[in-house]
Amino acid sequence: MPEINVPRLEFTSMEEQPRLITLKGITKAYDGVTVLDHINLYIRKKEFVTLLGPSGCGKTTTLRIIGGFENPDEGSVIFDGQDITGVPPYKRRVNTVFQKYALFPHLNVADNIAFGLKLKKTPRDEIRQKVDRMLDLVNMSGYGKRSVESLSGGQQQRIAIARSLVNEPEVLLLDEPLGALDLKLRKEMQLELKSMQQRLGITFLYVTHDQEEALTMSDTIVVMQGGRILQIGTPKGIYDEPKNAFVANFIGESNIIPGTMIRDELVEFCGTKFACVDEGFGENTPVDVVIRPEDIVLVGEDVGHLTGVVRSVLFKGVHYEMMIEAGGILWKVHSTAMEPEGSRVGLSVVPFNIHIMHKMEEGEKK
Amino acid sequence: MTDFQVPSWGYWVMGVGFIVFIALLVAYIHKNRGFKRPFFASPYVLWLIVFTVLPCLLVCYFSFTDPAGNFTLDNFKNFWDSNYNARKAIDPAELDTYLSMGLTLNDLGLARNSINIDTLVFSLWMAFLCTVICLLLGYPAAHIMADRDFKLGPTLVILFIVPMWMNFLLRTIAMMSLLEDNGLINTILEWVGIGRQKLLNNTAAVQVGMIYNFLPFMVFPIYNVLNKMDYKLSEAAMDLGCDKWHTFYKVTLPLSVPGIVSGITMVFMPAVTTFYISRLLGGGKVQLFGDLIEAKFLSTSVTEWNVGSALSLLMMILILASLGLLRKADPKGEGGGIV
Amino acid sequence: MKALKRIYLGLILAFLYIPILVLIIQSFNAGESRAKWEGFSFVWYGKLFNDPNIMHSLWITLSIAVLAALFSTILGTLAAIGIHAMRKRPQSLMLTLNNIPMTMPDIVTGISLMLLFIFTRVERGYVTMLLAHITFDTPYVILSVMPKLKQMNKNTYEAALDLGATPMYALLHVILPEVMPGVITGAMLAFTLSLDDFTISYFTTSPLVQNLSTLIYSQARKGIKPTMNALSALMFVVLLVLLLLVNKRTDEEKS
Repeated sequence: MPEINVPRLEFTSMEEQPRLITLKGITKAYDGVTVLDHINLYIRKKEFVTLLGPSGCGKTTTLRIIGGFENPDEGSVIFDGQDITGVPPYKRRVNTVFQKYALFPHLNVADNIAFGLKLKKTPRDEIRQKVDRMLDLVNMSGYGKRSVESLSGGQQQRIAIARSLVNEPEVLLLDEPLGALDLKLRKEMQLELKSMQQRLGITFLYVTHDQEEALTMSDTIVVMQGGRILQIGTPKGIYDEPKNAFVANFIGESNIIPGTMIRDELVEFCGTKFACVDEGFGENTPVDVVIRPEDIVLVGEDVGHLTGVVRSVLFKGVHYEMMIEAGGILWKVHSTAMEPEGSRVGLSVVPFNIHIMHKMEEGEKK
Repeated sequence: MTDFQVPSWGYWVMGVGFIVFIALLVAYIHKNRGFKRPFFASPYVLWLIVFTVLPCLLVCYFSFTDPAGNFTLDNFKNFWDSNYNARKAIDPAELDTYLSMGLTLNDLGLARNSINIDTLVFSLWMAFLCTVICLLLGYPAAHIMADRDFKLGPTLVILFIVPMWMNFLLRTIAMMSLLEDNGLINTILEWVGIGRQKLLNNTAAVQVGMIYNFLPFMVFPIYNVLNKMDYKLSEAAMDLGCDKWHTFYKVTLPLSVPGIVSGITMVFMPAVTTFYISRLLGGGKVQLFGDLIEAKFLSTSVTEWNVGSALSLLMMILILASLGLLRKADPKGEGGGIV
Repeated sequence: MKALKRIYLGLILAFLYIPILVLIIQSFNAGESRAKWEGFSFVWYGKLFNDPNIMHSLWITLSIAVLAALFSTILGTLAAIGIHAMRKRPQSLMLTLNNIPMTMPDIVTGISLMLLFIFTRVERGYVTMLLAHITFDTPYVILSVMPKLKQMNKNTYEAALDLGATPMYALLHVILPEVMPGVITGAMLAFTLSLDDFTISYFTTSPLVQNLSTLIYSQARKGIKPTMNALSALMFVVLLVLLLLVNKRTDEEKS
């Protein structure tokens, strides 16, 4: 079992907050297929944590275990210092926003929001006040009497969030809440959710397979694959220093080239030696090298580290995407300046933008 | 219910079974750390075990035991020769005396009697005939109703669905009163000058009753398949140069096979197992396999549960085999299948 | 050709319905003879309602239908909810078991239940008939409720738990209101099937406790009396109405 404890790469102001949820060695299998393999993770108070990974990586199962809908086969869930493994969902101080909202179709908007409050025997006046305040918060005032089926997807989403938040949970779990919305609405809701989280000071645990969404909203991103955690870090940390080829590929676009670490701060790939800033890999170790497409600078044919031929050009709006063949490899390069197809160019990378990663183990590959 | 003893282990099995069930349930709830939705099904699981699984096992148990509860294959031997048990019951010395007096087994009524097998074969023949006639009558009806140009089709089909659920006994009685000596048909026959006929209490009456009862079971699945069939297929066939008859023969008919198979099973199964149709319309003169089983259980003189169970078991196997065939011919259940 | 098709269909339907119609018409015949029409009359219906035997059987039939529908609806709805939430393997096992009473011929179901009551030394009568009716009704209730559950958002139940509802509360206040149309259809179907049943009742009751079907059967074996015509006619009409109602409901639910 490699990397039981994945260290966080960067420290932020979040470090001052106490740990609210801790997962210890969580393992879960369905019909003999392991979906979670000894997951260890902690979440701090007021943190916005995103579980990111392709479908089937175990992120939703992790969320459902914290919500209490599934019980782990092994391991425990600690909430605020107490072991809550096996505690049913209705006794947990967390609330969930489900993928397809799961609003109660036989209740109107206000009754949906009031559902949890009524169960807690909240006085009627207080319920009404709280419901109104929540409708206000999600910009849906005046919709209380409407039937939930008459609402659009985005509106239903807001009601689902209001229904959870009105119970003042300490943690809000969100399972791909924006997955069913169109792109424009999704972007709006991302910002809205983030500002809501900061205003209310509630911990958010957010599940998505959309890397852009994760980068926009999170304090901390947890990259998962095949039931394991690959990397935990801030959005910038994960983008700039992906731990292996899978993370590099999943978060943003990148060129991943096999290379050899000659010694500290010197790496060789495509038959050329490059200066870099990484240390501690040992001498003559095989590694993977990551270079982001926007970090490759096109220079004159004879000035660059490598020389290549432009094979194709695509206009992408803000920039051009060029495929350039150099050193036996097809490089993806983003640049605002266009080089015509067939022209010879030089490629240059500054040492800071060359990221060295350990080779992935066999088991980690898909 | 007098000569039957519950084996003492019977109560033990039931008691222990119930305790084991409760224990399993508790263990399961414990393992899942709380009450999960599947547990809502647990009362019905218990119900199924007691009222569905256990009775099926009991049929097997009774088939392989004698009235004293000892293992035996005599019940099946009795199926082959219905005098087997009687011959076995008689004292061999006594039998020898009779035989030495010059009487034969036949005279004593103890010779091999193949009534069980004969009845089964006769039942199968009647059911087969009923199925074929239902198919010949039902396919055209289904085909007409499934025609897209026939706007009344979907409404009329309800008239075929409703009898499927309606008491066969009542419908048999309706048929019976129609065929009676002074029923409507005989009155009409007399009026036109043909004169009264004996319409009831013969094989033909039973056959008519069976067709009358089971025809809807043939029409409905075939209609279902034809109705769902893409009409563009037959249009395409005609476009490719098929005439109407060839379109039907080469496209529609092969595609409706699942419905036909489903209809055949749905008619054949109840036709093999019926007992009241033959009793009411055959007046006791026509005996089907169902009547035989019924008599073994509910006859007023001697009840032979063990032999009856063996016959039931054979019937169950027959049914399961035909269901297996149905699955093979219509694996997706397109014909609407059973229910 | 078109006319020919309609005539054919008309003949088939006539074959199916004329015996029933004739029976109903005859039940209004003032005379005892089936051959001669002696005027319209309710006399046989009057006799029917004054016959204590028939009234007793009617009471048994109706009370068993109501009780069996009630129990099988509760049992079946709970079971459907449970089965729906099961993992694939136990689910398909349960559905197979659930299919047994529906695929087995009635005579086998009846006999196997009869053997159960003989084996456990339970005297056959009202209670055994009720148990048998619940047994063959419940699978149909499950079949009516299941599609409604499948239409539900799979997270709705969890959402209720998440907001603090206990499983029981979530069942009663969230799942039940949503599957209610299916539950009602199931209850109506169970009631109808219970009224309708002959074979299974025949094997699971004693000659002393008769429902209408077994009573009609025992009478019909001796020949049909006009009161039996009236009774059969009444049952036909009631069953027809009930079946059309159930059929309409299931059609509406599908669309």
